[in-house]
Amino acid sequence: MIEFYLNGQSQKLDQTDPNLSILDWLRTKMRLNGTKEGCASGDCGACTVLLGSLDPQGEWQYAAMNSCIGLIGALHGKHLITVDALQREPAHPVQTAMVECNGSQCGFCTPGIVMSLVGLHQQVAAAGQHANAHQLMEALAGNLCRCTGYRPIIEAGARSIVDSVQQWDGSALFSPQPNAAFMAAREQSAVLQDEAGNSFTAPLSLAALRELLIAQPQARLVAGSTDLALEITQQLKSLPQLVSVEQVAELQQLEQDDENLTIGSALTYAQFGPLLNQNWPAFAPMLERLGSLQIRNRATLGGNIGNASPIGDMPPPLIALGAEVQLDSQNGIRWLALQDYFLDYKKTVLQPGEFIRAVRVPKPAANERLFIYKISKRLDDDISAVLAAFWLRLDGEKIEDCRLAYGGMAGIPKRALAAETALRGQTFDESAIAAAAAALSQDFKPMSDVRASATYRLEVAGNLLRRALYEHRAAPTGGAALTVTDYA
Amino acid sequence: MRKLPRDISRQSGQAIGIAGQSALHDSAWLHVRGQARYIDDLLEPEGLLHAAVGHSEQAHARILSMDLSAVRAYPGVVAVITLADVPGHTDIGPVFPGDPVLASELVEHIGQPIFAVAATSHTAARKAARLAKVEYEPLHAVLSTQEALDKSFFVRPSHTQQRGDPDQALAAAPHRLKGEINVGGQEHFYLESQVAMVEPQEDGGMFVHTSSQHPSEVQKLVAEVLGLPIHAVQAEVRRMGGGFGGKETQAAALGCVAALLAHVTGKPIKYRLSRPDDMVQTGKRHDFFNTYDIGFDDQGLIQGADIMVAGRCGFSPDLSNAIVERAMFHSDNGYFLDQARVTGHCCKTHTVSNTAFRGFGGPQGMMVIEQAVDDIARHLQLDPLDVRKRNLYRPGRDITHYGQVIEQHILPELVAQLEASSDYRARREEITAFNKQNPILKRGLALTPVKFGISFTAKHLNQAGALVLIYTDGSLHVNHGGTEMGQGLYIKIAQVVAAAFQVDVDKVKVSATRTDKVPNTSPTAASSGSDLNGMAALDACEKIKVGLVAFAAEQYGCKPEQVRFENNQVVAGEERLDWAEFVQKAYMNRVSLSSSGFYATPRIHYDFATGRGHPFLYYANGAACSEVVLDTLTGEYRVLRTDILHDVGQSLNPDIDIGQIEGGFVQGMGWLTTEELVYNDKGRLMTTGPATYKIPAVSDTPPDLRVNLLAASPNREATVFRSKAVGEPPLMLGIAVWSAMRDAVASLTDYRYSPPLDTPATPERMLNAVNAARAWANTEQETV
Repeated sequence: MIEFYLNGQSQKLDQTDPNLSILDWLRTKMRLNGTKEGCASGDCGACTVLLGSLDPQGEWQYAAMNSCIGLIGALHGKHLITVDALQREPAHPVQTAMVECNGSQCGFCTPGIVMSLVGLHQQVAAAGQHANAHQLMEALAGNLCRCTGYRPIIEAGARSIVDSVQQWDGSALFSPQPNAAFMAAREQSAVLQDEAGNSFTAPLSLAALRELLIAQPQARLVAGSTDLALEITQQLKSLPQLVSVEQVAELQQLEQDDENLTIGSALTYAQFGPLLNQNWPAFAPMLERLGSLQIRNRATLGGNIGNASPIGDMPPPLIALGAEVQLDSQNGIRWLALQDYFLDYKKTVLQPGEFIRAVRVPKPAANERLFIYKISKRLDDDISAVLAAFWLRLDGEKIEDCRLAYGGMAGIPKRALAAETALRGQTFDESAIAAAAAALSQDFKPMSDVRASATYRLEVAGNLLRRALYEHRAAPTGGAALTVTDYA
Repeated sequence: MRKLPRDISRQSGQAIGIAGQSALHDSAWLHVRGQARYIDDLLEPEGLLHAAVGHSEQAHARILSMDLSAVRAYPGVVAVITLADVPGHTDIGPVFPGDPVLASELVEHIGQPIFAVAATSHTAARKAARLAKVEYEPLHAVLSTQEALDKSFFVRPSHTQQRGDPDQALAAAPHRLKGEINVGGQEHFYLESQVAMVEPQEDGGMFVHTSSQHPSEVQKLVAEVLGLPIHAVQAEVRRMGGGFGGKETQAAALGCVAALLAHVTGKPIKYRLSRPDDMVQTGKRHDFFNTYDIGFDDQGLIQGADIMVAGRCGFSPDLSNAIVERAMFHSDNGYFLDQARVTGHCCKTHTVSNTAFRGFGGPQGMMVIEQAVDDIARHLQLDPLDVRKRNLYRPGRDITHYGQVIEQHILPELVAQLEASSDYRARREEITAFNKQNPILKRGLALTPVKFGISFTAKHLNQAGALVLIYTDGSLHVNHGGTEMGQGLYIKIAQVVAAAFQVDVDKVKVSATRTDKVPNTSPTAASSGSDLNGMAALDACEKIKVGLVAFAAEQYGCKPEQVRFENNQVVAGEERLDWAEFVQKAYMNRVSLSSSGFYATPRIHYDFATGRGHPFLYYANGAACSEVVLDTLTGEYRVLRTDILHDVGQSLNPDIDIGQIEGGFVQGMGWLTTEELVYNDKGRLMTTGPATYKIPAVSDTPPDLRVNLLAASPNREATVFRSKAVGEPPLMLGIAVWSAMRDAVASLTDYRYSPPLDTPATPERMLNAVNAARAWANTEQETV
C-alpha cells in the first residue's frame, strides 16, 4: 500500500498495477480530467502537476513534473497537486494573468502551463521573492504550446511572478498538516502490488536494496522513471517488478571534500546541479537544456548513467573530468572510471544484483579548463546530436593533459583518444586544434539518424574544438559573444 | 517583450465586447482552470469501449493473409472488424475516392489502418491491435517526389496557369536565373490528438462527438459507412485542442471507425489516437519540390517566370488537388511576375496522404518566389528588400498569372511602414559592419511580405449558415457552422451578434457546433471561419431585427427608421427600453425571436480548364522583418527580433487577431527551422513524437517581438464589419526568418551569393549552406 495526499486530501492505494502512470490514474481512476495527455512521453508538458515532498523541517516543497511518465508508486509520502485543485475562487494570480494576457487559445496545453507557472510562483512566493526572467523561461521550457507562439504566456508569467508576486489566498492548499499515521507510513518502505503480481517496491536502505535485487533478479531499477516509463507508455510493455531507489537514504547523499564531489546516484538534477555548477560552471548552460525542468526535477544522475544511452548528456563531461562510478551489490563495492563503465550500445559492466551507488567528480585545479557544448535542433528540451566535453590541464598555453569525450558520436559515450594525442603536449592554438579535429575521424564513425547525419556530427565535433579555443582566448576579457545563445 | 495596451478599442457609450473591441476568449477561464472539456474529458457513457486500429507495416504491399486470432483472444477485446464488416460505403475520401476506411487487399502506406479493435480499455485495445499476424507481398514503393515526377505518378492531373508568353520573356530578359528548393512538410502537432466518441441511438443512428473542423463531413461519412441517411447521424464539436487543418478531413476516419465498432457491438465507443499513432496514421503538410526560371532587368524587375511546384501528396488525393492549386496561386506571393507560367503536380507516393495545414499549399508556393527574389538580389548585388519592393503588385502591374486583378494595393504602403518602424536600413548597415568584424557569428536580416488569397477555391464551400435565438430574459444563443479550435471564432461570432443588437457580449452564448442546428456546413478552414459564419450570423440577426423594428415602430408610434439599438437598449422614437424589457414585450406580442441566417460569398469564380478567374474575394496582407544570428561553426542560430505589421482589415477583436498573428508566425518559423519529418528508406516515419519532432518551444519566440495591426485599413469588400480573415496568412510571416538565415550566410560571400537552403533549415542544413557559401567564395577568388 502507498499513502499520499492528492489536492490536500489523504489517499491510500493498494491492489493497483504499478505500471499505471500518475496521469492515467488521475484521468481514468479518479476522473480528474483537468490534467491532459499530449504525448505520454514527457516532452510536451500538458500533463504537468506539482509533486510536494516534506523537507527535513517538515515543510512541503513543490516541484513540477510530467505526470504522464511518473509511476504511481512514486507518490508514496508525497503531496500531488493538480489543476483540478485550482477550480475554486479565488483564482490563482497565475490564472488571472493567463486570462488577461490571452495566454490560451485552444486551451489544451494550458493546464500544464498553469501548473508550471504555479510551481514557480509557489517557490518564490513562499520565500517572499520574485522570480527573474531566466527562471520564468526555465519553468516554461518543458511546456509546448502550438497556438500562441508563447509571447502572451511569457507576459502572463512576467506579470504574476516576475514583475510582482501577489500572494494567493488559497495557499493553504500547499500546506496540508500530515497526521501521525501519514508520517509513520512515510517512514515505511512503499510496496504496491496488483492481483497479477506486478510489484513496485521502494526499499529504505542499501542493505534492503541489495537483498531485493537478489530476490528479484529480473526487477527493473527505477528512480524518476523519466526514461523507464517510456517502455510502458510508448512500447506498451508491462514491467512486472519495479524496485525504486528513491527512498534509499544512502543514495541521496551529496558530499564534498577538498578534492572531490560525491553525488549519490538517486539525486535529481535539481538536487545535485547547483553544487556541480558551483565547482564546474561549464555545466550550468548545458544542465538547463538537459530535458526540461519537469524532467530535471525527477531524473537522476544514476538513471542517466545507468540507462547507458549513447546520447545521455552527463557521461561525456563526467568522463572528460575523469569521474569514477561506485558500484554496489551484495558482493561488495567497487570503484571504476566512468569511461570503463560503458561497454557497447546499451551494455555496461553492471553485474546482476549490482547498482550504481554514487559518482565521484574531481574538483577543479587552478590550471584546468572544462568546456561543454550541446548541439541539438532546438534549444529547449532536445536530445543532443552531439555533446562535446573537453577537459584540459594547461601550463601557460601548453596543453599538459587533456580528455575529450563525446556523446552522439558512437554507440557509447566515448573519449577521442587520437584527438587527445594530437593535443597533448602541444600549444593550445589553431594548428593543434586542426590536427585534433582531423584525428577525430580515427576516433569516431558516427551514425546518421533523425537528429543529424554522420558528416555533420564529425564536422561539428571538430568545430567545437575550435570553439573551445576561441572561448579560452576570449575568457580573460569577456569579449564578444561566441555562441548564438550568448548573443541572444 | 512587448505588452499590449488594454481596452484601446472600446468607445464610450458602446456595449461591452461588441465586434471591433478586444474581448477575452470565451473559454479562457475554463482553460486556465482545466475545466474546458475536450472529448476525452467528457463523462463516459455506461459500457463504453475503446478503439484502436492495426495498421500496415509496409509502404506498398498486397496483404496475403491476416490472422487476427491473437487480437481477438487478448483480454478485454470485445470486437474486431475488417472491411468486410462495413455495411455501407467503404471509401471515405473527402472529395475524390481513394481512402478506404480499412484497407483489405492492398496497403499503400505504413500506418494505413487494416482492422479495428474494441476493448474495455484504451491500453487493452492498443496492445491487442499489435498482435495481428499479417503476411505481405511487398510491391515497389514510390517514396520520393522525384521518382513520382520521373514516372508521372500523380494522384490528380497536373495543371497549368499561364499569362502571356513567358518563354519569349525569359529569352529576352537581360538576366535569367534558375533555381530549385525542397520545402519540407510539417506535422500539425495539435496538442489534443485525434479523438471521437460515438454513442449508438435508439433508432440505429449515431451521435458523434468529434474533434473535427468539418462536422458535416464526419456526419455524412459516418452515415455513408453505415448505409444510413444523413439525418440519422448527428455530429457535435464543442472545441478542439488545436486543428491547424489537421482535423479538416483526418478526423473523419476516427468517427467512422468508432461508428462501425458501435454498430457492431451496440456499445458507445471512444477512439483516441496515441501521439505516435497520430503522427504515423494521419496526414501532414505536403513537402514540395519547386523550381523556378526567372528573367529580370538590371534593377531586378521581373519580366517573366516559369515556375513548377510539385507536392508530395502521399497515397490518395484527399485535398491535394486544391492544395497544389493554392501553391500555384501563391507562387507569385505579392509580386507581379508579368509573363508567367506556373505548373503544379500532385505527386503520388506510398506514404500517408498529406492534407490541409494552415496555408494549404500557399506557404510552399510562396517559398519558390521568395527564394528567387533573394537570388535576384544577390545576383545584382542589390538589397533584397529593394528588389521585393520594386516587384510588388501596384496599379498597372496588377494582374496575377491566373488572371485575377489585384484591386486593393496594400503591400507597398504596408512594407514601407514596416521598413521604417523596424529601422531596417540602419540595422542593415549595423549588421553588415558586425559581420565584417566577426569571423564566427553572422547576423542576417530580411523583410518579407505576405499576400494570401481569401476564399475556398472550391466555390461551393463558400457558404455558411447560422441560427440565432433570443430568450425572454434578453439572453441570446447562437449556433453557426464554424468550429472552435482555439482561434477565437466563437467569441468573434458572439461579438458580431452583440454588435447587431448592441448588447454586451456576455449576453450572447455560442454553443457547440452541431449538425442538427446548422446543416451542410463547410469546414472551418481557408481562414474563412469568421468571414462566412459571421456574415451568416449577422444575416440571422438582421432577419430578427426586421420583426423587432416593425414591432417597436408600431408599439411606440414611430417610423421604423426611428428605431435604434444602442448600448443594451432599444430606442423607439421618444421611448427608451432596456433590452431585456423590450425582448419580453416583443415575446408577449408574439414577435419571432429566432432566425436562421445564410451567406454565400459573392464575385468568386475560377475556370480550371483555362487556369483563369477571380478565385479570391480579397487578399490578406502582412509583412515581417526578422533578424537572426548564426554560428558558422555549428549552424546553430537564434531569432533575435521580429517586427510584424499585418492587415486584418477592420479587426473584429484586436487581441484575438494579434494572438493569431503571433501564433501563426511562430508556427511558420517552426516549419522552416526546427520541424523536421524524417522518413527511412522503407517509407517509415522516424520522427513520431515530440522527442524527435521539434516544434518551437518557449525560447524560440524572438526575445524582441513587435506585432502591430495595419491601422485604418477596412476591407474594401463587404465582409463582416469590414474585417479580414486572419487564420492562415500570418503563418507565412515566418518566411522572413528563413530569408534572414540566407542573408546571414550571404555575408560569407560579401552578399554576392547565397546557396540554396532547403527547409527545414536545421543547424545541419545551415552548416551545409555555410560550407557551400565558403566554397563559392573560394572558387570566385581563384577565378578572379
